[in-house]
Amino acid sequence: MSGHSTYEPKSAVGKWFESRLPIMGLIHSSFVVFPNPRNLNYFWTFGGILAFMLVAQIITGVVLAMHYTAHADMAFNSVELIMRDVNYGWMLRYLHANGASMFFIAVYVHIFRGLYFGSYKAPREVLWILGVIIFLLMMATAFMGYVLPWGQMSFWGATVITNLFSAIPGVGEVIVSYLWGGYSVSNPTLNRFFSLHYLMPFMIAGVVVLHIWALHVAGSNNPSGIEKKTSKDMLPFHPYFTVKDAFALSCFLVVYVWFAFYIPNFLGHADNYIEANPAVTPAHIVPEWYFLPFYAILRAVPDKLLGVLAMFGSIAIMVVVPWLDTSKVRSGNYRPVFQIFFWLFAINAVVLGWLGSKPPEGMYVVASRICTVYYFAYYILVLPLLGLFETPKSLPASIADSVLGRGGSGSAMASGAASSPSTKG
Amino acid sequence: MATTHASASAEPTRRDFLFIATGAAGAVGLAATIWPFISQMAPDAATIATGAPVEFDLSPVAEGQIVKLFWRGKLIFVRHRTAAEIKAAQETDVTSLRDPEADSARVKAGKDQWLVVYGNCTHLGCVPLGNEGAFHGWQCPCHGSVFDTSGRIRQGPAPINLPVPPYAFTSDKAIRIG
Repeated sequence: MSGHSTYEPKSAVGKWFESRLPIMGLIHSSFVVFPNPRNLNYFWTFGGILAFMLVAQIITGVVLAMHYTAHADMAFNSVELIMRDVNYGWMLRYLHANGASMFFIAVYVHIFRGLYFGSYKAPREVLWILGVIIFLLMMATAFMGYVLPWGQMSFWGATVITNLFSAIPGVGEVIVSYLWGGYSVSNPTLNRFFSLHYLMPFMIAGVVVLHIWALHVAGSNNPSGIEKKTSKDMLPFHPYFTVKDAFALSCFLVVYVWFAFYIPNFLGHADNYIEANPAVTPAHIVPEWYFLPFYAILRAVPDKLLGVLAMFGSIAIMVVVPWLDTSKVRSGNYRPVFQIFFWLFAINAVVLGWLGSKPPEGMYVVASRICTVYYFAYYILVLPLLGLFETPKSLPASIADSVLGRGGSGSAMASGAASSPSTKG
Repeated sequence: MATTHASASAEPTRRDFLFIATGAAGAVGLAATIWPFISQMAPDAATIATGAPVEFDLSPVAEGQIVKLFWRGKLIFVRHRTAAEIKAAQETDVTSLRDPEADSARVKAGKDQWLVVYGNCTHLGCVPLGNEGAFHGWQCPCHGSVFDTSGRIRQGPAPINLPVPPYAFTSDKAIRIG
């Protein structure tokens, strides 16, 4: 995906094949010799981690689908049979369920990395928008996957989320009954959610290909936020970044399997081990943790339609971030005032998540409103105005300078950037 | 990557050791990870539990009748043979058969009237039709295999006789399959 390939097949079969389908050359130029900025820190390893998680979710998911029954009368029991009867079924299901959470942890780090280092700025706007599309597909996939066990949280989560569309004036009720395939969340709903839950990861994989393609046109952004000047700024993908990505992935996997094997239900809800009952709503209904900030925004707005618009708007607004941010400097490392607002934004997002898990009453509602206002103000006011008023620090002359100690870096976030192997001589 | 160029000697370096050790540990880890994904394909505990032996009462089966039943999801024929059918099966020249097997080896001693065989053709698994074909045993509608009254292959593409499942008489009029 990086243009002309320098790949030379050694064997006669390799030459024969390469002249007919140059895929080995494509892999070679994209993942072996592809030049990356030499100062990439560990925040840049999450793209590879996400690619791994997508594959892991597809493999465990395809296997689970071999044992799962998508019928309202049988789904709940089929999941319990997976847990008890299928060889290693408990492990496969816990890996899949916790894998979804790990996928979102990684994607949130990946998104905040992009927001801090200005990875969305020209010429990477399309790359960023493709990422937002992947994020939306991930949310839809995760939501529908959570419905499949057909427990109480599955059922009532599906009811609440599908009912969001009833807020659309005029046609809302019709849209909702078309989503359900009935007059309530019922067997047709479960069937179509299973079909779509199986389809969407492959749509994600397709957009990921575009995402990587767009990435390899502009090349990776880097902690200094400045573009490559000479080849001295770059290192080949292999072995430098394959090893770095592999190490980061290994550390990430330790956390993942620790959750899957030791606290597999920590991120879930006990209510989902009760079979779906359309006559009883659980006393305290909340979505999975990765949706909580958006859920808090939904509940912060007292009007039904405006609440739904605010929630979807909180994601949609990320599409226009490249044009809202007016700063000429990409990296937050060189923007002292931006850093304050950025970390406030990050803390604000975590607080929103916490508020989303609390009952919608009293101080929680007030706090949710304050946080929602700051969430949107960051995008609509802070990013456009900071670029006009802030005086950035001086940038290093080159990427190589920024890691060889002649740059003006001073941020805590960039301290990991010094791990480039080149600094050891 | 496996060798360094620091010296020209053939002596392995620490990096060589680390490279091989990492690769070996990775290979073991990969195999351990793949195993559950293969193991889950096997029959699960519920399927195994339903594979227990089944009892079958022979008393309602009239002479000349063939009944079908299932054990572990597989079709089984229970045939109450007539005297003529038993005679035909016993008088067949065993050496002329494709899968030589005496009729006495395919039934329980003293229970010549009861033939119990798997009900899927040994060619490609279709269900042969009873009392059909040149030997009045079974004939398969798919590819024309013909079986005699002992369930032995006589004509057509099937390579072996209809197998006899494991079973035993629990009384004069009842068998347990499995």
